[in-house]
Amino acid sequence: MSQPLSLVAVVLVCLTTLAVGGLGLRLSRRTSDFYVAGRTVSPRLNASAIGGEYLSAASFLGVAGLVYGSGVDMLWLPIGYTLGYLVLLVMVAAPMRRSGAYTLPDFAEARLGSRAIRLVSSVLVVAIGWLYLVPQFQGAGLTLTLVTGAPQWVGGLVVMVVIAAAVGAGGMRSITFVQAVQYWVKLTALAVPAFVLLFLWFRAGHPAPVVPPEWHSPLRTGAPDDHTLYRTASTVLALSLGTMGLPHVLVRYYTNPDGVGARRTTVTVIALLGTFYLLPPVYAALGRVVYPTLPDGVRQDSIVLRIPGELAGGLGADLLTAMLAGGAFAAFLSTASGLAMSVTGVIDQEVLRPRLARLTGGDAPAVRGFRFAAVAAVVLPYLLSRAIEPLGLATTVGLAFAVAAATFAPLIILGVWWRRLSTTGALAGVLTGGTATVAALGTTMLRGDLGGWVGALLANPALWAVPLAAGTAVAVSLLTPGRVPATTTRTMVRLHTPERIALARSRVRD
Amino acid sequence: METTPTPDRVRVTSSRRGAVPPGSRPVSRELDEQTALGDVYLDGLLRAQLRLSLLVLSLTVLGLAALPLVLVLVPTTQGTALFGIPSPWLVLGVAVYPAAWVLARWYARQSERLEADFADVVEEP
Repeated sequence: MSQPLSLVAVVLVCLTTLAVGGLGLRLSRRTSDFYVAGRTVSPRLNASAIGGEYLSAASFLGVAGLVYGSGVDMLWLPIGYTLGYLVLLVMVAAPMRRSGAYTLPDFAEARLGSRAIRLVSSVLVVAIGWLYLVPQFQGAGLTLTLVTGAPQWVGGLVVMVVIAAAVGAGGMRSITFVQAVQYWVKLTALAVPAFVLLFLWFRAGHPAPVVPPEWHSPLRTGAPDDHTLYRTASTVLALSLGTMGLPHVLVRYYTNPDGVGARRTTVTVIALLGTFYLLPPVYAALGRVVYPTLPDGVRQDSIVLRIPGELAGGLGADLLTAMLAGGAFAAFLSTASGLAMSVTGVIDQEVLRPRLARLTGGDAPAVRGFRFAAVAAVVLPYLLSRAIEPLGLATTVGLAFAVAAATFAPLIILGVWWRRLSTTGALAGVLTGGTATVAALGTTMLRGDLGGWVGALLANPALWAVPLAAGTAVAVSLLTPGRVPATTTRTMVRLHTPERIALARSRVRD
Repeated sequence: METTPTPDRVRVTSSRRGAVPPGSRPVSRELDEQTALGDVYLDGLLRAQLRLSLLVLSLTVLGLAALPLVLVLVPTTQGTALFGIPSPWLVLGVAVYPAAWVLARWYARQSERLEADFADVVEEP
């Protein structure tokens, strides 16, 4: 299938991203440009920006594909993605803003005063960022293959080059306004075709979707040792706790004017995500109308892009597909650039800059290291995306959430609410949670799902790994009261005291 | 010769009303300087906020657990449909989101109120 219109849409989206990257180069020279924006960004604009960055390939294509394949139970995924912001709101939104931390490693170091925890957090940011980048590249490959017939590896390569260029130019991330527009672009690109397709379907005599009865029944148990209930609960827990630990989410909170603003922003984010997630099930149902079963050689994730060709004909179908393809690419690019930016920042700050300074005696321009880091940040996940091709988009995204839920979530929540958290305890918790999750998911990826309880526990580790990590952190902290940072009280005062109370000593200036 | 009437004698004093009596200062300074008194106030704020947060989280968990439970335990609910859409889809695909938003909004307001009350208390001289 080759569609010139879709190709035009994709090229247009890529060029716009590059142009915006170039614009960012002129507009934002220093990190402080980002800070200054924090004074003026309203909750509503900031919420659109968070939504724009958060809705990725998994949401745009993956959710509809999974619902098409497995039915109503897959609706738990978008519920989990949205609840992530509810948990973030009630546990960390305002304290995070007040901490003045710009990244997760910054927060960990400021709260616990330890270089070791900073280093571990940095490694985790890179790992989670890479895991999350993989499905973005896969989605791009899939979309481009479908609309142009190009080989699978081309789409990912295009996204990789575009975001490396945009991030290397230094822009993208700092322009809240552009990310905010992205949300509305994605919503429009998914909503308008949905309404047109629904109309066409209605005019065609609204044939019912052809589905097996279990498609409609929630939490059904297919095989006796499927453990659907456990798997679903574990997934929802991973998604709702993992959100706060994603590297590209926290950074956006810094642009809120204050803690109250951070909360209001999050409330709006929940509304925006909820609106968006009304749409994927529509595509899933329409998919069941046109394809009662998945045709051979067709990936579930591509179902959204295929429906217009089946329901409409001629130019109309091409236009709708072009709109969807363009929207999908906007989703890949905005999420991937946000992630690449976070990963690049960590690689640059923790690895390259100190080395480069030592090698050249501080002569090398800092920006060169940053650009090198930008390339490093995207090449590895691209190669990884070629290696783990068969996993679905939403499944791969789930891996990143699971790791974040078992590492950063306990660290952040205990760090914000529990005064007796010690440096050793935090470190032990993060390492335990991280090791357990990576081992479990790694086994599943290498050996396939083992089935039975073992398979369920390994494929969906959040429900045991999160309590394990938190429990370890608490137990070790209680055993090492001497390692509770001396600055704990001051940090707690800063995190929880409303801004209107004047604090001369505890407040950080930003 | 006209003499201006001498005005009544008025006692001139400096009013101490509103001035900070020695030894009393706003709690915000205690907070800032991390004294034992400040700690008590901080603990109070932390506990109130955490209680509110945990309330919201338990409502969420209860709501989420109730959804499939009702659908599975009362099979007739699965058969019902609105505009041709079966009820499980309406509940899990639509109703969840406004519910989450309402809960989030309620939390944000309550927590703002908690903070405003706290600020009033600690800023009082």
